[in-house]
Amino acid sequence: MVLSIQHLYILVGLILAVTAVMTLTDRQHPKRYTSGLFWALYALVFLIGDKLPPAVVGAGAITMAVIAGLRGVGAGKHREPTPAQYQASAARLGNKLFMPALAIPLVTVIGTVLMSKVKIGDAFLLDPKNTTLVSLGVGCVIALALACWLTRETPVQGLRESRRLTDALGWAVVLPQMLGMLGLVFSDAGVGKAVAHITTSYINMDIRFVAVVVYVLGMALFTIIMGNGFAAFPVMTGGVGVPVLVGVFHGDPAVMAAIGMFSGYCGTLMTPMAANFNIVPAALLELPDKNAVIKVQIPTAAALLVVNIFLLYFLMFR
Amino acid sequence: MTPDIPHLWPLIGVAVIIAGFILRFNPMLVVIVTAIVTAAAAGFGPMAILTAIGTGFIKTRNLPLIILLPLAVIGLLERHGLRQHAQNWISRIKSATAGRLLIVYLAARELTAAIGLTSLGGHPQMVRPLLAPMAEGATETRYGKLPERLRHKLRAYAAATDNVGLFFGEDIFVAFGAIVLMSTFLHEAGIDVEPLHIALWGIPTAIAAFVIHSWRLRRLDQSIAREMAGEPQPVVPAVATPEGR
Repeated sequence: MVLSIQHLYILVGLILAVTAVMTLTDRQHPKRYTSGLFWALYALVFLIGDKLPPAVVGAGAITMAVIAGLRGVGAGKHREPTPAQYQASAARLGNKLFMPALAIPLVTVIGTVLMSKVKIGDAFLLDPKNTTLVSLGVGCVIALALACWLTRETPVQGLRESRRLTDALGWAVVLPQMLGMLGLVFSDAGVGKAVAHITTSYINMDIRFVAVVVYVLGMALFTIIMGNGFAAFPVMTGGVGVPVLVGVFHGDPAVMAAIGMFSGYCGTLMTPMAANFNIVPAALLELPDKNAVIKVQIPTAAALLVVNIFLLYFLMFR
Repeated sequence: MTPDIPHLWPLIGVAVIIAGFILRFNPMLVVIVTAIVTAAAAGFGPMAILTAIGTGFIKTRNLPLIILLPLAVIGLLERHGLRQHAQNWISRIKSATAGRLLIVYLAARELTAAIGLTSLGGHPQMVRPLLAPMAEGATETRYGKLPERLRHKLRAYAAATDNVGLFFGEDIFVAFGAIVLMSTFLHEAGIDVEPLHIALWGIPTAIAAFVIHSWRLRRLDQSIAREMAGEPQPVVPAVATPEGR
């Protein structure tokens, strides 16, 4: 293929390497060396991570976690325009400012929908396994070019802005990947089987409604622990759904799967383990409370879980 | 231990992560300690633990791409007043409130996700530069300067609305990965289900999600109105002063 996810790893690795160098050479930075080391290690994970022995990467990941845990990752001081300058620029550029921002999703959709089958010679233009991500990467590069042209800035300024926002996010950028790693370690160690064993051994599921409640809440609870509904689905459906709801009570498996997965998503809305959706946005929006997004989502998710119990109960046994 | 009872020791990992989050240790540290404890409880040696962590860390490198790639563009546009312009733009629409804006966004996000266009949104490229400033702008046009706490609340609602719309929309798109995962899993368990049926049976929950969250967004508007009415405002004198003076 012409453009693969490997190219994105190299691109992100280079951006992070620039961030690391800018941090290390920033004399004003309060945590210059530890922050610089943190971003340099992360850059290496993207640039050469797959060529290193996994144990070395593991040691690097532990080092990064320790730096973050000892509050070693800090933000530099960035000179921002004054409110008047912001308004003047907003007035001058007007709706044109929306164009590059909207170009990112637009190009991503075009790439995903229209370009996924395009071939040059025998090779796919876009990585067929990662069409969306690769399209997003292309969209960001096109949008950056458009933004530079519009604002008469250089791509180097774009890198400075990228560093400013990466600085503002701090270690939260790395958390989704850390949690993804933990999910894999959990499944290697058999945590899922152990949880399913406990839920199915100690609850009496001879009553149909109880079995439905166990399945719906189990999906949510398991997702809260694992941070991912996809990890909970095989465990709960294999442990309760297929043997009890379908096997004993002869429910409709399509309804079970659909509502079961959605119950898992209710769990996703309630857990810090789903960092990509819950913790990173809080950092991105500069909220002082890192759990602010979760707190807003809990009432919606909890109400929806109750609705799901009754939907599953009445739709599955029509 | 009998062969059909799985090892329960790795459950210590679940306890560690819950304790870590409740005691508010740094999440990165909590996660890495949990990984080490869980792997050790499953009987992994030191090298095997490092290898498991490293392999997992490399396999999940795709996760931060969606956050990191748009930052340069968004940062550059913000430097040139994108957020200010988003606020000014929404303030021209007199009927706009934060709640109404977010309900419209929720509908759009859920419907586009349901036809597979899941990338028409997202926190770095849509919520931070556009949706959150618009929610703040619409509220400011009505009530004037907002207290910091309310500003943060609006931003959290904007982020949450993007999540709810995405989650409960994408799963009714038949070609979405989750549908494939479900039908493959059921097939392996000896149950054959049409992927389309799984997608269709998701619709009642998707509608419920829209109704519940929209209702909460309407309540958000009401609570803002109440709160801002209680803010110190130019006091109307109790005795009306005669006109013309």
